[in-house]
Amino acid sequence: MQTEIIIAGFGGQGILFAGQVLAYAAMDAGMEVTWFPSYGPEMRGGTANCTVILSDQEIGSPLVKHPQALIAMNAPSLDKFEPLVRPGGVVVVNASLAHRGIERTDVKGIEIPANHIAEELGDRRLANMVAVGAMLTLLPVLEMDQVKQALRDHLPERRRNLLEPNMRALDAGAAYAREHAVLSS
Amino acid sequence: MPKRELMKGNEAMAEAAIRAGVEAYFGYPITPQSELLEYMSRRMPQLGRVFLQAESEIAAINMAYGAACTGARVMSSSSGPGVSLMSEGLSYIIGTEVPFVLVDVMRGGPGLGNIAPSQGDYRQVSHAGGHGDTFPIVLAPASVQEAVDLIYQAFDLAEKYRTVVIVLADGSIGQMMEPVALPEYRPLPEKRPDWAVTGEPGRPRRRLTSLYLHPEDEEVVNLRLLKRWRQVEANEVRYRTYYLDDAEYIVVGFGMAGRVALSAVRMAREEGLKVGLFRPVSLRPFPTKELRRLAPKAKAMMVVEMNSGQMLDDVLAAVQGQTPVRFYGRMGGMVPFPDEVLEQIRLLVKEPPTLDEDPRERWIAHMEQMLTPAS
Amino acid sequence: MAVTAPSRPLKVVYRPPETYLGPTHYCPGCTHGIAHRLVAEVIEEMGLAERTIGIAPVGCAVLAYEYFDFDGVEAAHGRAPAMATGIKRVLPDRVVFTYQGDGDMASIGMGEIIHAAGRGERITVIFINNAIYGMTGGQMAPTTLPGQVTTSSPYGRDPRSQGYPIRMAELLATLDGVAYSVRHSLHDPTHIRKAKKAIRLAFEAQVRDLGFAMVELLSTCPTNWKMTPIEAMNWVRDHMTTVFPLGEYKVHPELRKLRV
Ligand SMILES: Cc1ncc(C[n+]2csc(CCOP(=O)(O)OP(=O)(O)O)c2C)c(N)n1
Repeated sequence: MQTEIIIAGFGGQGILFAGQVLAYAAMDAGMEVTWFPSYGPEMRGGTANCTVILSDQEIGSPLVKHPQALIAMNAPSLDKFEPLVRPGGVVVVNASLAHRGIERTDVKGIEIPANHIAEELGDRRLANMVAVGAMLTLLPVLEMDQVKQALRDHLPERRRNLLEPNMRALDAGAAYAREHAVLSS
Repeated sequence: MPKRELMKGNEAMAEAAIRAGVEAYFGYPITPQSELLEYMSRRMPQLGRVFLQAESEIAAINMAYGAACTGARVMSSSSGPGVSLMSEGLSYIIGTEVPFVLVDVMRGGPGLGNIAPSQGDYRQVSHAGGHGDTFPIVLAPASVQEAVDLIYQAFDLAEKYRTVVIVLADGSIGQMMEPVALPEYRPLPEKRPDWAVTGEPGRPRRRLTSLYLHPEDEEVVNLRLLKRWRQVEANEVRYRTYYLDDAEYIVVGFGMAGRVALSAVRMAREEGLKVGLFRPVSLRPFPTKELRRLAPKAKAMMVVEMNSGQMLDDVLAAVQGQTPVRFYGRMGGMVPFPDEVLEQIRLLVKEPPTLDEDPRERWIAHMEQMLTPAS
Repeated sequence: MAVTAPSRPLKVVYRPPETYLGPTHYCPGCTHGIAHRLVAEVIEEMGLAERTIGIAPVGCAVLAYEYFDFDGVEAAHGRAPAMATGIKRVLPDRVVFTYQGDGDMASIGMGEIIHAAGRGERITVIFINNAIYGMTGGQMAPTTLPGQVTTSSPYGRDPRSQGYPIRMAELLATLDGVAYSVRHSLHDPTHIRKAKKAIRLAFEAQVRDLGFAMVELLSTCPTNWKMTPIEAMNWVRDHMTTVFPLGEYKVHPELRKLRV
C-alpha cells in the first residue's frame, strides 16, 4: 500500500515543515517514507511544495503525477494540482486563500478556512497544521497520536513554544473536517 | 529495526563520510550539492578535522590531492560544472595511485544548465575521470540509505585499490529526505599506509608522483593500473534486481531513473505484464557479464535514464545483440514520472522492437511530438 | 486604493534608460538592479549601446544579459575576463564589459581577472562586492568580513583558518596594465551618484584605449545577510566600508582631466 500526498502553497506557509511532520510520523510508525521538496529557482518565485510518499515497501519514484491527496494552501496550488489528484483521492483546500471551491466531484474534499482557524488559535503560522489535521480525517493514513508524537520528538528546539499550539491546530483541523467534509458521490 | 533518522540526502552523505572517518574535506559551493559542504563546515571543526572551502573546484581537487598523498581519508563533493573542472586533478590522483572519494550530485546540463536532477554526468565520470587511461570506481545510489551505505564503503574501496571512487548521486537524492540507519562511527586510522608522504624521520625518503618521463616506465604503471582494475571488475560489481524471475521484458535503469522505473514495473505487473528491473549500482565496473547472461532470456530490454542514453551504450555493448533494446529518457533536468515509463513498457510489450531497430529512434520521435507545442 | 489619473500632466523628472530592461528578478533591497541601471545609463549617455557586448557572470546576475538591450553572452563561473579578452581581441572596436560578483571574480575567477588586468585588456569590469555568495544560498565569499556568519562559516569567518577578505581594487591597482581601479558603494543616493561617475570613467578608459578598468561596488544581499533592506544598506555603510575603504586606487592621468 502506498499513499502520496502533495502539499503546496507560498513560501513561509510552513509547507515543507508540514510534509516533514508527516514523514517523521510515518518513519516512527515503521513505514517507508520519502519527502521531496521543490528547490532552487522554483522557490524564488515564492511557491513551495513537497511530495510525501508513505508505503509499507521500498518506495520507487519519490514523485508522482497523480497523488492520492492534495493540501492546497493557496489559489495557484489549487489550480495546478487539483486536476491531478487520483479519482477517489482527497483534496484539502485552504479556503482563507483560495479564490474558488473544489471543482472535482470524484474526490473527498474539504474547504477549510485554515488561516482563520489558525488566527483564532492565536497564530496564523498554524494554518499548515490545521490543514494537516483536516487531511488526516479524510485520509487516515496515520493516527493523530502518531503525528502529535512526531511533533513532540522532532519540533526544533527553538520552536518548542509552538508545540502545544501545533497540536491544538491539528485537532481543530480534524474537528472542522469531521463536520464539514464533502464526500464524493 | 535499527534506529532511523529522517535526513536530507546531502546531509546524510556528509554524515556517512564523517562516520567512515573522513579526515579532510575540500569543496566549493554549487547547487544542488551545497548542503553537503555546509554540513561539513559545521561538523568537521567540531570534531577537530579539516574543512576548507577552496577558491574553486580546481583548487579543491588539488588540495584533496595533497591531503590524499599524506595517506589521510579525503573527500570532496560537487556537481557537473565543478566536476568538469576537477577532471585534471582526478587524472593526477589516479596516476599517483592515492585514494580519494568524490561525490557528484548531478544537475541539468550541458554548460551552466540548471540545478534540477539529472544523470548527465554518467559518461564524464564513468568513462573519463580525466585524461589518460584512468579507471575510477563509480557507484550510483538510488536512495538516501544507499547513498549513505555506498559512501561508507567508498573509502575502503579507494584505499584497497588506491584509486578514486566517485559516488554519483543527483539533485533529487541530494535534496530529498528519507529515513536512514546511520552506520557506526569508525575510529580514524592510526597508522599511515607505507606509501604515504608524511615527512617522517628515520626511514628512506618517499616520493609520490604521476610523472614517468620514460614511456617504458609509464607503460608499466598503466599495466599495473589495468591489472588492479581487473580485480575491481572481478570483485566489486554491484546491482539490484526486481521481479526478474519470470520476466520476459527487462527494464534497466540506475539511480533515480531506476527508482522511477521500479514504480512503473510494479504498475505493469499489476496489469499482468511480465516485466522486471535491473538496476546497476556500480556503473564502473559496469555489470556487463550479468546483463549479458540475462539478455537471451529477455524478449526485449528497455533502458531508462535522465539523459540522452549515456548508459544505453554500455547496455548495448553488454547485450551484444542477443536481444533488442529500446530507450526512454528525459533530459536537461527533467525527471520522468512512473506513468510515462509505464506507457513505454506497455508499448514494449505490444510492439516489441526488432534487432534492427535503432534504440533511440522511437524515443526521439516521441520526444519531438511531446515537446512540440500543439498549434 | 484607487489610482486616478493626474489632472495635470506630470513633469518627467527621471526616465529609466531605454537599454535597461527591468524589472529584474532580484530580491527586495538587493543593489544588483541599481548597478544594472547605472551601467545602462552610462552606456546610453556615451552613445555606445549599439556597439557594446556585455558578459554575464555565474551568480545572481547570471541573467544580466536579459536586462540590457545590448548584445550579451554568459560566461562559465569566473571566466568572464577570459571570454571578454577573446571577444575584444577579435572585435577591438567594440565596447566589452564584464559584470561579476565577488565569488565569481575574487574566488574561482581570480586567475582570469588578474591576468586580464596584467595584460591591460581594454575591457571594463563592474565588480559587485556583497561579501557573500548570493546565488547558491549564502556561503562564505573571499570578501566575507572577519566574524561574519555565512552558511559555510557557521561560527563566523575565522581569519586563522578561513583567511582574510581580499581587496580587489587595491590588488588590481598594483598592476601596470590597469588604467582605472576604484571602489565605490551603492548604499545611498549620494554614493550611487559617485558610483555612476566612476562607471563612466571606467568606460572612458576603454574607449580611449588607456588600459584595463575596474569599478568595485559595495553592494547588499539582504536575503542571505538575513536583514531588511534598510538594515542591509546600513550594514554596508557601517561595516563593509571599514574593511573595504572607498577610494580611487589607480586613475590614469588622462582620466583625471575628464569632466564627467
Ligand atoms: C564551476 C562552478 N562551480 C560552482 C558553481 C555554483 N555557483 C553559482 S553562483 C556561485 C557564486 C556566486 O556568488 P557571487 O559571485 O558572489 O555572486 P552573487 O550571487 O552574490 O551575486 C557559485 C559558487 C558554478 N555555477 N560553477
